[in-house]
Amino acid sequence: MNWIAVGAIYNAEMARFFRTLAQSFISPVISTSLYFVVFGAAIGSRIQEVDGVSYGAFIVPGLVMLSVITQAISNASFGIYFPKFIGNFDELLSAPLNFLEIVLGFVGAAATKALFIGVVILATAALFVDLQIAHPLAMLLFLVLTCISFSLMGFIIGIWAGNFEQLQLIPLLVVTPLVFLGGSFYSISMLPPVWQVITLFNPVVYLISGFRWAFFEHADVPVGLSLLAIGGFTMICLVIIWRIFKTGWRIRA
Amino acid sequence: MAAILSVKDLKKTYAGGFDALKGVTLDIEEGEIIALLGPNGAGKTTLISTICGIVSPTSGSITVGGHDAQSAYRDARALIGLVPQEINLEPFAKVWDTVRYSRGLFGLPRDDAYLEEVLKKLSLWEKKDSRIMQLSGGMKRRVLIAKALSHSPRILFLDEPTAGVDVELRKDMWEVVAQMKAEGVTIILTTHYIEEAEAIADRVGVITGGELLLVEDKDSLMGRMGQKQLEVQLSQPVDSLPEALAGYDLDLVNGGDALLYKYDARAERTGITALLNDVSAAGLMLADVQTRQSSLEDIFVGLVKGDQP
Repeated sequence: MNWIAVGAIYNAEMARFFRTLAQSFISPVISTSLYFVVFGAAIGSRIQEVDGVSYGAFIVPGLVMLSVITQAISNASFGIYFPKFIGNFDELLSAPLNFLEIVLGFVGAAATKALFIGVVILATAALFVDLQIAHPLAMLLFLVLTCISFSLMGFIIGIWAGNFEQLQLIPLLVVTPLVFLGGSFYSISMLPPVWQVITLFNPVVYLISGFRWAFFEHADVPVGLSLLAIGGFTMICLVIIWRIFKTGWRIRA
Repeated sequence: MAAILSVKDLKKTYAGGFDALKGVTLDIEEGEIIALLGPNGAGKTTLISTICGIVSPTSGSITVGGHDAQSAYRDARALIGLVPQEINLEPFAKVWDTVRYSRGLFGLPRDDAYLEEVLKKLSLWEKKDSRIMQLSGGMKRRVLIAKALSHSPRILFLDEPTAGVDVELRKDMWEVVAQMKAEGVTIILTTHYIEEAEAIADRVGVITGGELLLVEDKDSLMGRMGQKQLEVQLSQPVDSLPEALAGYDLDLVNGGDALLYKYDARAERTGITALLNDVSAAGLMLADVQTRQSSLEDIFVGLVKGDQP
């Protein structure tokens, strides 16, 4: 393993993040606060407890997931698309690197950034609601796995994208709806029976359910299934990336 | 001398079916400067990109310093530095950071003293904390060279290093190349400026349509293909060549004002003395005499048009 190279890529990516640290920090704080104002105060006051938890606290895991997933995808996809766009991806191809090292550098940095945002949102949320975390280690595990797996997905999108519009396409058309419909702001048990079944085809349901379990010990689907889902998703992404480098698809003519 | 880079029957067909390389075989010796000349689209950049690992070859083999570029790509690539044709630097990055990044990609530990030396050699030291977007085009090109040198490569590829660069900077670049050569670095440059090849290369390869037409020592190429011309200007124009001069390869030019004599400058007997004697014996008065050697450009144009070497 060329660990120095992994570090070089990781540090270069993180440097970009630190250059805009204020933005990276302020925007999630503001958007989280807005969600609390709208969902917590305005609407939440009219909603009774959900599964024995106040609505304000109930939406925290979903809010964290929403931001972490979006951030992981956008950071990773931009991180790998940008060198392709300005043309210095060739530098990576001509360096003595294998695909794993490139992925570790880019995905590691994107996942770190997403994790940072996730922690910032949790901290912000703690200012608004009384936050109990029943299983802190499980919470961290779900959070880190989500950061990694969606950074991997972002990496694939960044490799696939041929322009900036395509870079936004999948997050906008697929990911955001799946996250919103994945029970970020509601419990599946609140849906009509037919939709309760349909919604089980949405992979994000398993993530949010498992993550919420780590906080409140209440899950829509069994926790083991949630872990399996995120583990499986990570594996699928890894296999796709491995194939991409094996065949050189969109990276090596 | 041993070949540091060996390319055998290298072929590249792009996905669209375009044959960019049609079986290129080339040995490059350690420490030499070789210029690959060719028109746009000849396959120069594809050849370099394939050697450096940016493009996958369709068939053929590449050996760098004894390492197979496919199976032992880490060892092979570690020896190579590439200065790309396009300026592809991240605009917001600082010079120092981007050069250090390149060294890191090659898995080498931090060595600030060495990088300082590289930047000073390229007159970039004062700019080390500048962002790329604050630099002039010429400076950016130097940054590309600094990045390529950051891991002390033994082979340096320069893909059109002076395209769009002004004359002064071009001369600077040539000096840098000469300096590299003095340090024992093997240099492969592509160019379509013939004068560049003429000025700095030891050997010249001519590539067109994905094929390497020839690779030859620059001086011998110019000697073999280079013709000299002697133009004899007459003080009085003549209507036709005098009988006495019929034995020479002569043309009457400028409306009878001058005689043009073509000869091989390397031949033992150029025939100049005899010609000049016969010209004056024929009663023609000389006004002026000048000679001209065909440049690499003339040779190149002849080759690419399909003349056999």
